[in-house]
Amino acid sequence: MSDVAITAAKALFIVLLIVQVMGLGVFFERKVSALIQDRIGANRAAILGFAGLGLVNTLVADPIKFLLKEDVVPAGTDRVLHFLAPVLSLVPVLVTFAVVPFGDVLQVGGRVINLQAAELNVGILYVLAMVSLGVYGVVLGGWASNNRWSLLGGIRGTAQMISYEIAMGLALVGVVLTYDTLDLQVMARVQGGYLIHGWLPAWGILYQPVAFLVFMTAGIAESKRIPFDLPESESELVSGYFTEYSGAKHLMFMMSDFVEVVLVAALVTTLFFGGWQVPYLLREGFHLPWGAALALPSWVVALLQVTAFALKLVFFTWLQIVIRWTLPRFRYDQLMRLGWQGLLPVALANVVVSALVIVLVAGRAG
Amino acid sequence: MSPLLFLVLAALTVVSALTVVVHKNPVHCACALVLTLCLLAVFFLALDAQLVALLQVIVYAGAIVVLFLFVVMLLNLQKESRAMAGALLVGSGAAGGAGLLVLLVVALRHASAPAASQVPAGFGETATLARQLFTAYLLPFELTSVLLLVAIVGAVALARKPT
Repeated sequence: MSDVAITAAKALFIVLLIVQVMGLGVFFERKVSALIQDRIGANRAAILGFAGLGLVNTLVADPIKFLLKEDVVPAGTDRVLHFLAPVLSLVPVLVTFAVVPFGDVLQVGGRVINLQAAELNVGILYVLAMVSLGVYGVVLGGWASNNRWSLLGGIRGTAQMISYEIAMGLALVGVVLTYDTLDLQVMARVQGGYLIHGWLPAWGILYQPVAFLVFMTAGIAESKRIPFDLPESESELVSGYFTEYSGAKHLMFMMSDFVEVVLVAALVTTLFFGGWQVPYLLREGFHLPWGAALALPSWVVALLQVTAFALKLVFFTWLQIVIRWTLPRFRYDQLMRLGWQGLLPVALANVVVSALVIVLVAGRAG
Repeated sequence: MSPLLFLVLAALTVVSALTVVVHKNPVHCACALVLTLCLLAVFFLALDAQLVALLQVIVYAGAIVVLFLFVVMLLNLQKESRAMAGALLVGSGAAGGAGLLVLLVVALRHASAPAASQVPAGFGETATLARQLFTAYLLPFELTSVLLLVAIVGAVALARKPT
């Protein structure tokens, strides 16, 4: 029974963590965009007459407003699918975090808890499976709305997500070859090694820089944000596949967009930037390269690791939002050319080169 | 998997599979197909075949049915024009189905279930499966890739505009 309780606690923790980072993402979205465009940004929401906290007020008021709004379902929609689409959009993204490790281990009273909600030995494939299921929210939302703009958005979204999933999967093949495992927790642990006489943390970015670029690009395309926001493209399709959604359902679509941003940040962190690794921090404390050491209790180590993971998450969320406000939108043919003629061959070449290097240089076989 | 859970999931699978065949709206049929495939993946999971379960979701639910939906949406089939089959077609179809059912039941009654202890260590794990695939079944595996290549070339040849 206590095993169930521990797993439930871990699942609750990771969900709360990503919701917090998502909130910060919305904060960046409002404030960073304002900075980039030389504006002040949202600062006028007053809750019970109190507007003193500026943007923070807006961040509290926005979800409340969404939840209290009337839920308009236009005539001629497919009621069941119209209802299901936002759910199918949000749930696969949220459950993907089950395999993302947020720390190494926590020792509580002789029990060693692995800080990862679900220990799957096929973790990375689970990520791909859930990401590929996320397409249904887009395609069904577009179709069920009985609106031409929505349908166009849905079709664009489907084509885009399927195209970029392939490059994403191939980028992950190079990563899997490097770490020799499919489990994200093992990947994070492997990145605890050091290069150059123990000075440089051996994070994945040093071994798979090409895979990082391809994965990050494909990840932003999967989350359907600028410069890959053709399924939504406000200036031509209103809001694309969720034009006909209001209230809480619209909030769910918006939320799944932001959770996808956090998901890409979490995967990039785990695969390429050491996950929860803090440089020179081992299970029993700090071991600095010049020989100094500092012993720490298990819970302090775990706390430092979780904090490091959260900070890396926040950084990559911020980076994606800066990218979103820096680049213009692709044209549709440019999008397809980048996916099929740019990322796909690069990812394929990365797989071949990685495999050759591993077999010939590192001498690992079988 | 407990017998009760198995029965509930099996009933759900049968219902959603029937929905694929019976429902009038092709988009609903495709959605029911996704549900069926995901439920089958759950059965694979219960049989310790995590890799097969996830490949089922990635390939079938995540890619192939999405393409079905894509085509259905582009064709914009609001009201499916159902070709009413004649009595002969319905009768022969029903007879064929019943025959298949009898065959399956008879075959399953004669089959002997392997004891649970016969499952080898590492069964269903990616490494075990890959080792089998690249040693014992290397030739069929590589031939399948040639088959896929032929299919791709065929699709490109069909899609290319006549010059």
